[in-house]
Amino acid sequence: MNMVVCIKQVVDPEAPPASFKIDPASNKVVPPQGVSPVVDPYAEYAIEAALKIKDALGGKITAISLGINQLRDIVKKPLAMGADELILLEDEAFDEGDSWSTAYALAMGIKKIGDYDIIFCGREASDWNAGQVGSGIAEILGLPGVTLARKIDITNGKARVERVTDEGYEVIEVSLPALITVSNEIGEPRYPTIKGIMAAKKKEPVIWKPADIGVEVSQIGAAGRRTKLLKLFQPVREAKCEIVEGENPEEAAVNLALKLREAKVL
Amino acid sequence: MAEYKGVMTFCEVAEGKLASIATELLGYGRKLADELGQELSAVLVGSGIGSLAQEAIAFGADKAYVVDDTLLKDYQTDSYVSAMEKVVKEVMPQILILGQTSIGRDLAPRLAFRLNTAASLGCLELAIDPESKLLLQTKPAYGGNAQAVFICQSYPQIATVRPKAIAPLERDESRKGEVITVDAGLDPSAIRTKVLEKVPEKIEGVRLEDAEVVIAGGRGIGSAEGFKQLEELARMLKGAVGATRPPCDNEWVPAGAQIGLTGKIVTPDLYIAVALSGSSQHMSGCSSSKTIVAINKDAEANIFREARFGIVGDWKKVLPAFADKIKGLLAE
Repeated sequence: MNMVVCIKQVVDPEAPPASFKIDPASNKVVPPQGVSPVVDPYAEYAIEAALKIKDALGGKITAISLGINQLRDIVKKPLAMGADELILLEDEAFDEGDSWSTAYALAMGIKKIGDYDIIFCGREASDWNAGQVGSGIAEILGLPGVTLARKIDITNGKARVERVTDEGYEVIEVSLPALITVSNEIGEPRYPTIKGIMAAKKKEPVIWKPADIGVEVSQIGAAGRRTKLLKLFQPVREAKCEIVEGENPEEAAVNLALKLREAKVL
Repeated sequence: MAEYKGVMTFCEVAEGKLASIATELLGYGRKLADELGQELSAVLVGSGIGSLAQEAIAFGADKAYVVDDTLLKDYQTDSYVSAMEKVVKEVMPQILILGQTSIGRDLAPRLAFRLNTAASLGCLELAIDPESKLLLQTKPAYGGNAQAVFICQSYPQIATVRPKAIAPLERDESRKGEVITVDAGLDPSAIRTKVLEKVPEKIEGVRLEDAEVVIAGGRGIGSAEGFKQLEELARMLKGAVGATRPPCDNEWVPAGAQIGLTGKIVTPDLYIAVALSGSSQHMSGCSSSKTIVAINKDAEANIFREARFGIVGDWKKVLPAFADKIKGLLAE
């Protein structure tokens, strides 16, 4: 199985909420001080899905990441986890894209990789939560797609995918090559092993510029956007919590119940 | 772009009826269409669903397009995208709204790319910009830490809306509208997937999304046994138990109990948050609850910024006494 996994470097979504700041002038997030960026957690589920297949059937995994200022120690994580190659689409022209321009650039990068049976993406990324790039890549490359996968088995050259639905899950059979987006239900991504980390240190990523993947600068990044961001803001919280007290926790609990009854909540 | 006109809602069908999200979307679509002074159309896609067209009209649509084909019995990306592509190209709406459901999340982006336009997923709010008349699409970003307002510069402007963002209109059987059937024109060989099985999640008691009372636990509950206490309280209040992500990851509760940006969205009358810190990603699934009550031993926890009432204390001591008192109050 030849597999491609789309990954992304993001602001650590686990950073404390208090450290989250937006610069209103630029409509951008101010990277929290002293908090290192991470590989998007949803992308890690996608890597895990590919590694599970590699464990079972063997194969090659190529991770591809688009962005600027990609810290090598961060974006090499898929290699440390067990992926074989890392390609970075790295150029100012790729920056500040939306789902359209990002999916387009990734699709053209994947086209250049050429030989693939499955392309994996996270179901969304933890920064913009757009949830569209996977479907976009599939559409641009003319591939069948299955989103929100929680389990994937390969039999007779087809993938059998358990897809999370609002009611439970459904089992979908899809012909290959295909694009699959992976949900968190796939299970915890593995930790890199020491051996993996050592191997990743020695491996250099391949860098592709727009011309390398045959795209015009006007089609990618900010220039290729179909959507316009008008405003990015932090929702205002109405903080007026009434702390219910008591001599001890048990008494506070009784007072809370009475309070809720009084407020007709109960 | 001048020839594009009207607002269109994609109406999901569940168990032979209009899904609740469909009725909500018709209410939302009606509001947007009225603001634009344009028509609201509903699209129904499925097999044996023709009778629901009148229902969509009763909930606010001016026109109902029905694409009925045995190949559309189950949702599949290829067949539904193709059917919707056909309807959109025929009707040419300015705006198309879908639900942020497992179907809408799959259909909307793929359809947008097919139609060479863009979508916004999981919108909290949609409004018409008074000047440009474009659709203002407000959605959570950065795991609920932020909200972003987008516009799309091509037609149709496509958005999915989260469940329960708006209440449906009153059903009005006297409403009149036009029903139009559209031939799906599907090529079976172009459907590259097959639905082998549908496995519904087992639920005991009230469905989390429908519950009027939700007792939610976080990492601080510490074990599956701990959640038993929450279940007991939920039973007493005829409510349901939810959780943040760690208890689900640790399998103390089923994955389906997760509330938040990556889980379910709930809007109960009473939300009791026990031993959970109130991360943005969790709150984006429950912040529309009418009354939030927090029990947490950390006075600095974010949940106290969201709650109406709170106790700073160890839930293991608070909860049994709270449950006891409630039992007494309910018996009165």
